[in-house]
Amino acid sequence: MNHSPQPLLSRVAEAVYWMGRYIERAENVARFLDVNHNLMLDLSGSYSDQWQPIIDTTGDRARFQERYDTVTRENVVRFLAFDPEYRNSIYSSIVAARENARSVRETISSEMWRQINSLYLMIAEESRDAVLASLPEFCHQVRMGCHLFEGLTHGTMSHNEAWGFITMGRHLERADKTTRLLDVKYFILLPSVSDVGTPYDDVQWSAVLKSVSGFEMYRKKYGRLAPERIVEFLVLDGEFPRAVRYSIGVADQALHAITGTPRGAFSCASEQRAGMLRSELDFARVEAILAGGLHEFCDALQTKMNTIDECILVDFFARQPAGTSARAWA
Amino acid sequence: MRFSSYQTEEFYDEMFQPDGCPRPHVRLLVDTIGALSEGHLLRYKHAAERLLLQMGITFNVYGDSAGTERIFPFDLIPRIIPAEEWDRIERGLAQRIHALNLFIDDIYHEQKILKDSVIPAEIVLSAASYRQQCQGLNPPFHVWCHVTGTDLVRDRDGQFYVLEDNLRVPSGVSYVLENREVLKRIFPGVFDGLSVRPVNGYPGFLLEMLESIAPPVSNPRVVLLTPGIHNSAYFEHSFLAQQMGIQLVEGRDLLVSGQEVFMRTTKGLERVDVIYRRVDDDFLDPEVFRSDSLLGVPGLMGAYRAGRVALANAPGNGVADDKVIYAYVPEIIRYYEGEDPILPNVPTYMCWRDTDRRYVLEHLSELVVKSANESGGYGMLVGPHSTAEQRADFAEKIAAHPRNYIAQPTLALSRAPTIVDDHFEGRHVDLRPYVLCGKEIYVLPGGLTRVAMRKGSLVVNSSQGGGSKDTWVLAS
Repeated sequence: MNHSPQPLLSRVAEAVYWMGRYIERAENVARFLDVNHNLMLDLSGSYSDQWQPIIDTTGDRARFQERYDTVTRENVVRFLAFDPEYRNSIYSSIVAARENARSVRETISSEMWRQINSLYLMIAEESRDAVLASLPEFCHQVRMGCHLFEGLTHGTMSHNEAWGFITMGRHLERADKTTRLLDVKYFILLPSVSDVGTPYDDVQWSAVLKSVSGFEMYRKKYGRLAPERIVEFLVLDGEFPRAVRYSIGVADQALHAITGTPRGAFSCASEQRAGMLRSELDFARVEAILAGGLHEFCDALQTKMNTIDECILVDFFARQPAGTSARAWA
Repeated sequence: MRFSSYQTEEFYDEMFQPDGCPRPHVRLLVDTIGALSEGHLLRYKHAAERLLLQMGITFNVYGDSAGTERIFPFDLIPRIIPAEEWDRIERGLAQRIHALNLFIDDIYHEQKILKDSVIPAEIVLSAASYRQQCQGLNPPFHVWCHVTGTDLVRDRDGQFYVLEDNLRVPSGVSYVLENREVLKRIFPGVFDGLSVRPVNGYPGFLLEMLESIAPPVSNPRVVLLTPGIHNSAYFEHSFLAQQMGIQLVEGRDLLVSGQEVFMRTTKGLERVDVIYRRVDDDFLDPEVFRSDSLLGVPGLMGAYRAGRVALANAPGNGVADDKVIYAYVPEIIRYYEGEDPILPNVPTYMCWRDTDRRYVLEHLSELVVKSANESGGYGMLVGPHSTAEQRADFAEKIAAHPRNYIAQPTLALSRAPTIVDDHFEGRHVDLRPYVLCGKEIYVLPGGLTRVAMRKGSLVVNSSQGGGSKDTWVLAS
C-alpha cells in the first residue's frame, strides 16, 4: 500500500489556495462594513456619512462609480455585500469559494464543504430580500460563518500540502486587507491635524483597530491610542493574527511546509520573495516606516505581495509540459 | 399520518397485501410509523430536505439558465426487501454479470457465440456501442464490467424482472449511501428492532477491486476521472473519490507520455495506474474516439492497449448494454453458464424482425418503445401515456431504423407508499442494485430504489422528476 503523502494536483492546489483567499476576503469585507456602520452611529454631522473610505479599502472605487450614482449606505452595502456583478463582494467571494470547494470536495473534509455550502445558502437567501433586516446581524453571521470554516479547516483536515495552500491563500489575503485598511485610514486621519487628540480622533482610530478585531489586543499591549503605536501593532506585531508581519510569517511557514525546504533557504521564486518580505518585516522599525511615508510603504508592500502571488502561480499551478519530471519509482 | 386510508389499487404494493394487511416483513415498520404523533413525519421530511441541501446533494437542472440546484427528492419511508428474496436477486445478478463478462470477452476475441449462431453477428457488430478498437484487448481477469447498476422492476405478479443492464458508467450509488446516512440521522427510530444490512462498505470494496486490476507495479495509484463540475453526476464522483481517499481528476489533469499516464501535480508529473473513469467511451481519448472531445486524454487508449494503465469500466463493454442485445441475455446466460437465468428478462420485441415489427407497429399504444442505445429515460415512448402524434413519430423512426428499436409490454411497476403532501400515496418504484466485479463478484445489499414522484408516472429517472427511497435488505 502507498503510505507516502499523496501528491497534490496543480488544479486542486490552485482551487484551494483561492478558496482560502475568498473566504478571508468575505470575512474582511463583512468586518469593514460592520465597523463602519457602528462608527457612523457614533459620529454626527459632517462626519456621519463616511462610506467612501470603505470603498477605497477595496481598491475598487472606479467599479463602484460605474454601477452606482451616489455613495449612500444602501448603495455601499449593496455593492460590497450582495452585488453579484462585483467580484469582490461578500456574495461573489462566497460563491467563488463554494465553487472552488465543490471542485475539490474530495480533498477538503465533508464538514468544510457543508459549512461553506450553508454559508452560501444563508447569503443567497439574504440577497433575495430587497431590504436587509439588520446589517450588524448579517455581518456577524458572515464573520462567524467564515471563522467556523477556518476552524473546521484547522480541526478536520490533515495539515497536508493542500492545507498549506489554503493557509497560504488566507494569510496573504489577510495581510493584503490589513495593509489596504491602514493605508486608507491613515491617509484620511492624518491630514486632519486639528482633530488630533479630539474624541473623534480616538473614535476613528479605535474603529481602525476594530476593523481588524484588534482593539482589545492593542489595549492590552499599548494602552493609550497613539497613531504610531497603532501602525506598529498592525504592521509589525508578531503575535496579533491580523498584523501584516504575523500573516506573512504564517504564509511563509506554510510555503516551506509545502516544499520541504528549511526556512531561511529557498528552492523557488515564491520562497525567495516570501522570505525576503518576512525578513524585512522582522527587522523593521515603525519610526523608519513613518519617516519614509506610510503610504509609500503600504504601496511597496502591496507590490511585494502581488509578486509572491504571481510566483506561486508559476511555481505550483502552471501546467508543466510533458516529461519535465516524473515520480521516483518506488 | 396514517396508513388506514392507503389504497394499493390494482398494483403489486411493496408494503401491503391486496387485502390491506401489511406484508409480514414490514409489520414492525408500519407499527413504528403508526406510533408517531401527528406531524412528526412531516417534520422529519423537512429536516431531511434541509440536510440534503446543506450537504449539497443536489443536481443541476439542464436547460435552466439560472443554474438552479435541486435536491433529489428523498422519501422517508424505506423500501424493505426480505433476506430470502434478496438472496435470489443476488445470485441472479452474479450469474448475469458473470455471463455478460464472458460474452464481451468473447465478442472482442474469437466471437464463438456468433459463430455458433446464438446471436446474429450483424446485430452485435452493428451496435453503436461496439468498439472495433477494443478487439483483442485483455483486461485483467477477463472482466469488462467492473461496476454495474442493473435496473430491476417488479411487475403486477410480484416477480422481479431485469429491465436494463447499465454496464457503461452507471451512477446513483452515492445516493444509496447518503440516503442511509440521512435516514439514520433524521429518523433513527425507524431502525428499531430490525437488523438492516449496512451499505457503507461499498467504497472500500470498490477501492479494493480497482487496486486488484492494476498493472504489476508496486503501490499502484488509483484515480477517478470525472467530466467535471458541470456533469450531473459530479456529486457522486467527488463523493466516491473522497470516500476512497483517491484523487478526483479531470482530463486536463492527465497526460500520456511514453504510453504511461501521468497527472500534473505541484511537484511535477506523477504516474497513474488505475482510472475509474466516469467519462463515456466516446469522450475518453480524442485520438481514438470522438476527436472533438475536451474531456478525455489524448493517447489514453494507447496506454491502455499497452497494458500500462487499467480502466474501469473497460471501454467497449457497452456492446452488451445495447437494448437489442439485452433481448438475447437469457440466451447468453444459457450459452456461457449452461444454466437457466435466475432473474428473467422483460419480454422484448425486436423491431429488426419482421414479425416483431409488425406486432409493435400495430400495438404502439400498449407498448413501451426504446431506442437501442439511449438511457436516462430518453428516446422512449410509453404507449399508454402517448399522443397519436408521438406514436406516428415513433412509427416513422421504427420503419426507418428497425435495428435501433425494441418494444416491451408496459409493465405495471410495483408501488410503494410515499409521502405526498400530508398523506401516503402509492408511487411506482424500481430497484437498481450495484455489482462490483474484479476477481470476485460483490453485490451491494439493496441498491437504489427510485420513485416516480408524479402520480401515475412510470418514469423514475432523476432527470425527469424521480426521487428515491432508502432500500433495506434484512439480515434474516
